[in-house]
Amino acid sequence: MLQERIPDLAKYVEPDRVRREVYTDPEIFELEMQRIHERVWIYCGHESQVPKAGDYYTVQIGRQPLLMVRGSDGKINVLYNRCPHRGNMMCGDRSGNTGEFFRCSYHAWTFKHDGKLRSIPMMESGYAGTRYGKDNPDCSMKKAARVENYRGFVFASLAADGPSLKEFLGKAIVAFDDMCDRAPKGEVEVVPNCFRVIQHSNWKIFLENQLDALHPSVVHQSTGRAAHDIEKKIENKTGKAPLSYHMLSAFATVTIDKWDNFQTLNYPYGHCILTGYMGLRPTDPDTQAYDKIMIKAYGKKRFEEIVAVNIHHVLIYPGLSVQSPLQQLRAVRPLGVDRTLTEIWHFRLKGAPEPIYRRSLAYYNLVNSPATLINADDLENFWKCHQGLASDGGDWVSFGRHFGHDIEKNGAVETAPNCGTSEAPMRGQMKAWAEYMRG
Amino acid sequence: MAKKKPAVSKANGHELQHAAEQFLYRQSELLDSKKWQEWIDLFADDGVYWMPPEASYKTWDGQPAIFAEDKNLMTVRMNRVLHPDAWSQRPLWGTNHVVSNVVIEKASPNGEVQVRSRFHMMELRRDDVRHFAGSYVHQLKKTKDGFSIKLQRVDMTNAQAAYDYVLQVWV
Repeated sequence: MLQERIPDLAKYVEPDRVRREVYTDPEIFELEMQRIHERVWIYCGHESQVPKAGDYYTVQIGRQPLLMVRGSDGKINVLYNRCPHRGNMMCGDRSGNTGEFFRCSYHAWTFKHDGKLRSIPMMESGYAGTRYGKDNPDCSMKKAARVENYRGFVFASLAADGPSLKEFLGKAIVAFDDMCDRAPKGEVEVVPNCFRVIQHSNWKIFLENQLDALHPSVVHQSTGRAAHDIEKKIENKTGKAPLSYHMLSAFATVTIDKWDNFQTLNYPYGHCILTGYMGLRPTDPDTQAYDKIMIKAYGKKRFEEIVAVNIHHVLIYPGLSVQSPLQQLRAVRPLGVDRTLTEIWHFRLKGAPEPIYRRSLAYYNLVNSPATLINADDLENFWKCHQGLASDGGDWVSFGRHFGHDIEKNGAVETAPNCGTSEAPMRGQMKAWAEYMRG
Repeated sequence: MAKKKPAVSKANGHELQHAAEQFLYRQSELLDSKKWQEWIDLFADDGVYWMPPEASYKTWDGQPAIFAEDKNLMTVRMNRVLHPDAWSQRPLWGTNHVVSNVVIEKASPNGEVQVRSRFHMMELRRDDVRHFAGSYVHQLKKTKDGFSIKLQRVDMTNAQAAYDYVLQVWV
């Protein structure tokens, strides 16, 4: 049935609008998993999540359960979380240390950290004269087709062919460069906690929200206003409120018309960048102390280049949203057509003073924790959006804001001046989606 | 003053146990009846409400936290929830706490008391019910009207499980 409909999928996406089934049809979801998530580069995790040999972390790519594991040789492998014997899941915990080898809990087949078969109980007598044994690759744990590590961020692709990670990321690679360059040591490490929140909506609704500059002053007015009042109260009392209040109050003080001053840059494969926002170069004593350390590490000229990078958000399609200046990363794991898991991480800039870590930690806790002051209202809207799309009240989702005014330049699509609220990022994402879905 | 019993003997007695229990019941009753300002007023000026992401955490300071709020941040949360445009607060929503297993862990002569308890909270949102359970540790300071909260630590049994939607107010 679906196969018959595939040729028609192209009709589901027009340059400025998309059919609602793209978000609600379980069969289209299955096809997305095959043609997008299980082919492209998907973020597995950061190498600092698995510092020691045998450390592993489970990760879902499309519908596939996998493991990211550190080998005794220091290399990070990405393996299907499956025993080749009877198909048992190899690691039942979300993360842990597997010791010197994996051992299946069902019949004690053991495997090296790179997935190669190590032993089977009574292998000689049990398998003599059969096709099974160490020489048969079907008796080892299957590896992800391709694994690449960029500045500590590990990605896997389940397809043997396709662009390299660097080609795939293109200009969006700045997400990781900007994050790492802001560390005096040029590296980041995970803060060992992952906030996990499930959204009751299609995965694309979350991605389309990430660079949607029209929504913040509508959706987050309540928190922005409440934070602004307390910020003023603290300022009146002590002269200066913590920067975290500004991060929240900006949602109200940056009024809806001001969001047009920002810009989005849209790239091949659906990646996009939202520039500007948030006053990220404050001049308080903590920042000055950090600047000094950075200048010592990089020299004045390079330091100026690093802190001049003007990014609010980088979206790496189809599964990663990075706020590099605040060292926050959200990985998107579709669970079903109407359920999406977000895994939210915070990173520490190696070599940066403690107050700089605490500043972005405050954002992590206030905005990205399961008790978020911000995302609660986003998730409510995502749910309502998904519910509304079930309605026969209309067949299309429109992305027409500032349509026709996008500027094409060197393979990228930029929004025109004073068009920051353009729906160009959604148009770019759906264009990439349609290309992937053609197969 | 001469009539006052020594604090230490109270620490072992029914009176302190009873007072602590009544205080915890009142705390959860204020949450369930959405009397947010009265609930915030239970905290000392430097009081903190803390929900760590894992039981192993020793301090909220400088650590990831589901909640780590002083009275200023509590007021932000309250005012957000009360704002007419807090979209996620528009649907029918309510909670019901049951607090039990109240144990006085420490009671010092200067009026500082540490109380451990367990809670179960049912939450209704639209037509959906969620259950949360865990433990409280309250560090309390005796005041002339009862207690004020120096620290309310909330360890959710499901702290490390993925949250199906989010938490909007304090548990």
